[in-house]
Amino acid sequence: MMNSVPLEHILFVSTALFFIGMYGLFTRRNLITILMSIELILNSVNINFVAFNKYLYPAKLDGVFFAIFIITIAAAEAAVAIAIIINLYRSHQSIDVEDAAELKF
Amino acid sequence: MNASQIIFYGISAFILGAGMLAVTTTKVFRAAIWLLFALIGIAALYFWMQVEFIAAVQIIVYVGGIVVLIIFSIFLTQQSGKEMPKPSTGRMISSILAALFGLIFSYHLISHYGFTPSAKQFVVPVAEIGTQMLSTTEYGYILPFEVVSFLLLAAMIGCIVIAMKSPEDKTNQVFSLSESSPSEPKIIGEV
Amino acid sequence: MSNYLYIILIFLLPLATFLLLGLFGRKYFKTSAGFIGTLSLLTSTVLSLKAAYQYFFIDGKVDGVYQKIEAIKFTWLQFSPGISIDMGIIIDPISVMMILVVSFVSLMVHLFSLGYMKGEERFATYYAFLSLFTFSMLGLVLSTNIFQLYIFWELVGVSSFLLIGFYYQKASAVAASKKAFIVTRFADLGFLIGILILGFYGGTLDIGTLIQRLTSAQSAEYIGITTASFLGISCLTWGLVLIFIGGAGKSAMFPLHIWLPDAMEGPTPVSALIHAATMVVAGVYLVARLFPIYSIEESALHIVMYIGAFSALLAAIIACTQTDIKRVLAYSTMSQIGYMMFALGVSQNGVENNLGFTASMFHLFTHAFFKSLLFLGAGAVIHMVHSNEMKDMGGLRKWMPVTHFAFLIACLAIAGIPPFAGFFSKEEILLAAYHADKMIYGVALFTAALTAFYMFRLYFSIFWNAPVQTESHDNAHHHHHSEGTMTMKLPLIILTICAMAAGFIPFSKFITLSGTPTESHMDITFSIAPVLLAILGIAVAMKLYKNANDIPSRIASSMGGFYTAAKGKFYVDKVYLFVTKKIVFNLIGRPAAWIDKNIVDGLINFIASLTAWISSLIKGIQSGRVQNYALYFFGGVAGLSLIFIYWWK
Repeated sequence: MMNSVPLEHILFVSTALFFIGMYGLFTRRNLITILMSIELILNSVNINFVAFNKYLYPAKLDGVFFAIFIITIAAAEAAVAIAIIINLYRSHQSIDVEDAAELKF
Repeated sequence: MNASQIIFYGISAFILGAGMLAVTTTKVFRAAIWLLFALIGIAALYFWMQVEFIAAVQIIVYVGGIVVLIIFSIFLTQQSGKEMPKPSTGRMISSILAALFGLIFSYHLISHYGFTPSAKQFVVPVAEIGTQMLSTTEYGYILPFEVVSFLLLAAMIGCIVIAMKSPEDKTNQVFSLSESSPSEPKIIGEV
Repeated sequence: MSNYLYIILIFLLPLATFLLLGLFGRKYFKTSAGFIGTLSLLTSTVLSLKAAYQYFFIDGKVDGVYQKIEAIKFTWLQFSPGISIDMGIIIDPISVMMILVVSFVSLMVHLFSLGYMKGEERFATYYAFLSLFTFSMLGLVLSTNIFQLYIFWELVGVSSFLLIGFYYQKASAVAASKKAFIVTRFADLGFLIGILILGFYGGTLDIGTLIQRLTSAQSAEYIGITTASFLGISCLTWGLVLIFIGGAGKSAMFPLHIWLPDAMEGPTPVSALIHAATMVVAGVYLVARLFPIYSIEESALHIVMYIGAFSALLAAIIACTQTDIKRVLAYSTMSQIGYMMFALGVSQNGVENNLGFTASMFHLFTHAFFKSLLFLGAGAVIHMVHSNEMKDMGGLRKWMPVTHFAFLIACLAIAGIPPFAGFFSKEEILLAAYHADKMIYGVALFTAALTAFYMFRLYFSIFWNAPVQTESHDNAHHHHHSEGTMTMKLPLIILTICAMAAGFIPFSKFITLSGTPTESHMDITFSIAPVLLAILGIAVAMKLYKNANDIPSRIASSMGGFYTAAKGKFYVDKVYLFVTKKIVFNLIGRPAAWIDKNIVDGLINFIASLTAWISSLIKGIQSGRVQNYALYFFGGVAGLSLIFIYWWK
């Protein structure tokens, strides 16, 4: 199929998704929802890679590979993050990020 | 406007809408479901971009693994029916401003760059991916493949160690341990 | 000359002993400190004797004149091509005599302290301080450069401070040491200004060069210093008078004498060493060292003479009324130093071959022996009776025969009875005074009579004058204390021999102003008057004090106000206290303290509280909340990207 959609539009989608994820990172208080926002950010980056690969360098596969690796690492990172959340829940009885402010002055 | 454009804009609206709902809803389970929809939308986008393999990987790993993991952890750590507190207004305003600023700034840079798309077709056979992943020649990705396997091993071990209960916590979580030191968790509720 | 280089050992040995005992004495040398100190002093004394023998008898003379030899000289601090502080050793008649006196008396004191200070907990510290003092004094007398002399002058002051305040738990000792240090330090201010004046006009700080430049009437420096004047008095006089003020402080001349009686709070051997024989003569030594310049400046020399004579008379009067035996000896020291000072003062160029100079040095020499003997004897008495007051003593000649004999010889010497040492030196002083100024001669004669009187008052009150009814009580009481160990008796015996024999040394053969040995002749007819007056004084003292009677108290009440004033030391202390407490403290001290506490400290406190306030405003950044940190992070990235993309190409 022809590339009927210009590259900039796909990049707009990925950028918007990135900043939506960033908004969620800044605003949410529950640790699990913060994790969800981080997953949104990672996905936006994935879209970026694949789009660039398809539009600018169709002869090579590097973008696709980057996307695969990012998905892998995101999975590992999500698992570790969940483990940390569970550990934090055990010691603080809550997973509100405001309650974990021990590094305050 | 041909059909692929319409499909693209539809999928994009779906993704962005689900994403926005995921970061603003007050119920945590709903947020997880909206996230699920956003990820499925992204998989649809990959299908539209004709990288079917990535779409498949996305659905298997993200939707089928990570979202399930998140839902498990929601069950483990809190009551999912309860509403989450909304953020303070000041924080909301400043975050919206930051996000909007970032979006406008980045899109301004992107749109003025002037990308020149190539006219060639983008064909991604799975066999090609596989061969290149394990090839040792130029453009081969065998080394990152091995390194990622280390990472996965380390992540697995790390998760187990972090989430493991400490040895004196071996008693059943249902009963409260009030006679021990106050820092010990008083577990209420059943698992 | 290299064959005098061993002299450097004479004063370096006490320094090494000080460092050794000071640093390690408390832990390692608790009981052997005394032996180490005495041993090093013995070596110094032997070397001094060798130096004296070599200088005076073998090779000191060139063409029959004693030379000033600079054994060592090296530049320490160079201010300008002409002015520098050099460190050097000078060997000339008076410096050799002084090292002999200092090391010998110090050795006697070290020996005596072995017995006197036995059992003292800070035994090693005591010997360390004694060694420090000996080092400083030896350095002082061997200095070639006037600033080097000043450095050692201050060191001597410090050692005196440390030793007076040795019993630091006693408040009176601490106050006395502070007083001594502050008064001498105040006098040293004058000394320093005098050094600066002389150094500026003379263009050098080296004593030999200074004397050379300022005594020849044609030299540019002499003309410069005498034409420059301040308040109508030539700068040369100012310089010399200021230097003399420094010397007067150290030698306890009126009005800077107030520290000497209080300095008796220190241990008695210390009083013997520092405040009788060596440190207090430092002022006399200073004037003697710079004497060629003094002798061409009449007015400065007259000031020296009048202050010396007045101090001698004043101290003798006060000494007649004191009851603490160490105070009597302190005032006696002040009086004798007054003698030495005015002897220098009456000495003029060309008259009788500077007899006054030789007489003063001779008196310094003999005074060292009999005054230290007196103090050590007093120390033995105090050791036995455990009190300083005369009323607690009496009839001690039965219990302390050696001390009694030594004390008697010393009293005879200081009174000027032939053939003991004091007679010869006093007679020379009186002769010099007679030829120069008859009024001073009259004052000196009267003071000599008073000296004999109060010394024998002291002698009879201690050793005779036994209260009859308490004799049996004394029997039981004194059996517990002995006269003292052999180490305490041996110095007394040695010093007694010196006090008897020192007068026979033909002093003017060795020490004169110009360096040429001269014959001194004995004028028998001249010496009849002083000796008769001395015997009269002794007789009066014997009548009043040999046995208990009430004649002294009757005389005291008949003298009334004068007696009370003399007993109160003529209220000089009270004047000083008034000036310092009411005027200096209130007018200067309190405002200065207020400024320091409120303005200076207030400024610093303000800066500190300002910093704390700023930090309390800023500390909110570290809130411990991760999302705040994330916002700051994003803000930073955005800002930097804006800067780098749009502004800084």
